[in-house]
Amino acid sequence: MRKYLIQRFFFGILSLIAATLIVFVLSRAQGDPLLLYAKPGGYGVSPEQIAALEEKLALDRPLIVQYLIWLGRVVRGDMGETLLSERPVSDVIGEKLGATMQLGLLAWIFATLVGVPLGVLSAVKRGSVWDYLGRAFALFGQAAPVFFLGILGILLFGVQLGWLPAGLRPVQDPFWPSQAKALVMPTIALGWLPAAVYLRLTRSAMLEVLDSEYVKLARAKGASGRAVIWRHALRNALIPPITVSALVLVGFLEGSVVVEAVFAWPGIGRMAVESIHNNDFPLLTGIILMFAVLYVVGSFVADVAYTIVDPRIRYDQS
Amino acid sequence: MTEQTAPDSTSQSEPIDEHSQSTLMASQILGIQEQTFSHKFWYVLRRWPILPMLVLFVMVIAAVFAPLLSPTGPRDINLRGRAAPPVWQSDWYEANPKNEQTYLLGADHVGRDVLTRMLYGARISLMVAVISLSVGVVIGSAVGLVAGYYGGWIDEFAMRTVDVWNALPFLLIAILAAVTFGQSVSIVMILLALVAWAGGVRNVRAEVLTLKTRDYISLARIAGASDFRIIMRHILPGVVNTIVVLATLRVGGLILAEASLSFLGAGIPAATPTWGNMISEGREWLSTAWWIAVFPGFAILLVVMSVNFFGDWLRDRWDPKLRQL
Repeated sequence: MRKYLIQRFFFGILSLIAATLIVFVLSRAQGDPLLLYAKPGGYGVSPEQIAALEEKLALDRPLIVQYLIWLGRVVRGDMGETLLSERPVSDVIGEKLGATMQLGLLAWIFATLVGVPLGVLSAVKRGSVWDYLGRAFALFGQAAPVFFLGILGILLFGVQLGWLPAGLRPVQDPFWPSQAKALVMPTIALGWLPAAVYLRLTRSAMLEVLDSEYVKLARAKGASGRAVIWRHALRNALIPPITVSALVLVGFLEGSVVVEAVFAWPGIGRMAVESIHNNDFPLLTGIILMFAVLYVVGSFVADVAYTIVDPRIRYDQS
Repeated sequence: MTEQTAPDSTSQSEPIDEHSQSTLMASQILGIQEQTFSHKFWYVLRRWPILPMLVLFVMVIAAVFAPLLSPTGPRDINLRGRAAPPVWQSDWYEANPKNEQTYLLGADHVGRDVLTRMLYGARISLMVAVISLSVGVVIGSAVGLVAGYYGGWIDEFAMRTVDVWNALPFLLIAILAAVTFGQSVSIVMILLALVAWAGGVRNVRAEVLTLKTRDYISLARIAGASDFRIIMRHILPGVVNTIVVLATLRVGGLILAEASLSFLGAGIPAATPTWGNMISEGREWLSTAWWIAVFPGFAILLVVMSVNFFGDWLRDRWDPKLRQL
């Protein structure tokens, strides 16, 4: 186990390096980044000043050296400054992180609360109306583009019925009740796909477990139907949904990019797209680093959780 | 058997006319209850993926014959018919007699036919999905085959690469690449192929690991077959089902990814009619002309749903082990 964890940690770091390196190379491939700071001969900037700037930003060095310099700073907790606002990248990310986390957390709760019980229900009542409803829900969630769900929601509940705000989170308001309405549609748009994934996984795992010997034994011993389903069967059937949680997390990060664009949500995803269009590569590299860190940590936690919920799993043996 | 049952049934009952007698016999012989037409209809629908196949068939036809099916071009502008609603909202057409065109599914803000653009959009979606999927599947299968067959450090290296690859925030990298290299169809296809390849490697490899311990593989080796020959002739046919199922299950995701990229303005160039682009454009006209965005959206929904449904069906038939996907 320990060896496995160390190995995982090592490859996690490797993932981070790969992700940031790709961004680094791509963002420099757009042309001389120096031009983003100062145009030679423009606005009365002297060549000496430009040379000084180049040296300060280490843009005169080879790309790989630039990357290593950046990496060295990041390890010490300094992600540099954004190009546009010239503020520390970590501050800018920190400001927007809350809104994205709020959305992601709610979407995850929605996905779990909807997906898992519906999955159990459609497995237990296989072939019934519930089963068909659940499967339709899953089929729809896996096929509908997130942005289309959002647009449809805005059209229906925002424009036509006027029940919910058609976008925009009330920005400076930290209190929940006033935000609740604005949160409904983004949460559902973001959470539907993971809910569908949870549903399908729970359903198929549940069907398998309900067919196993120990569940039959529990039934034969006279345990009530409800106890068998929720206490005996569900515990084992939850293992697959737990394992995909890391992937669900990535889904949220990628989904948040789209959802935040649709609902004008002031979070990381929207900022990421803006930073790309603004050529703000220090910010973008920081965001991508954060995304990759979240993914690596998330999948690590999911792996560890996996061994805890299912003691049969032993990573060392494989 | 038929001769035996037939006299029996006639001798006991009153003379029955020819037709009902034969149906009676058939149901007796087969041992099944007589089914109504609707029973059979639902049975067939549930057993075979007829509706999804129909949807996909229509999409392919629409994509291939788009220029023949539609009277106008995807970029033909008609300012008299701008934001014309779908044909069933006839009061608009009566109120605007100067507009001579009839729009089945409405027109966008410069009077381009939504349906025509959707037909042409199907071409792009289909082409992008098919090409990027093929490239991705070939690469992914090759990696899985080689990793599983040779094992050792090759296996270790390949699987770790897949792990690292899966950790990349792909959407953002794709947007960045689109900004860096400019938007074009080929860039989108390359990007999607880069997403697609890593998906099935693990399953293919697992399959190869079990196959390569079989006796017939050892025999092939004893007979002097080269590694390449063993992989291509003896192992590949055994994993082809897995590969096809995985590929089918991936099509929907690729169509969605392409649409998402286009929607975010980092996919197919905005001038090209694609479903993602149409939704992106139509978003601005949502409150006045909902049909611009909604119909392409439903097209994506329907096609992806059909592909996924078909993929599920194929998986249950060919490779039930993959059920957890």
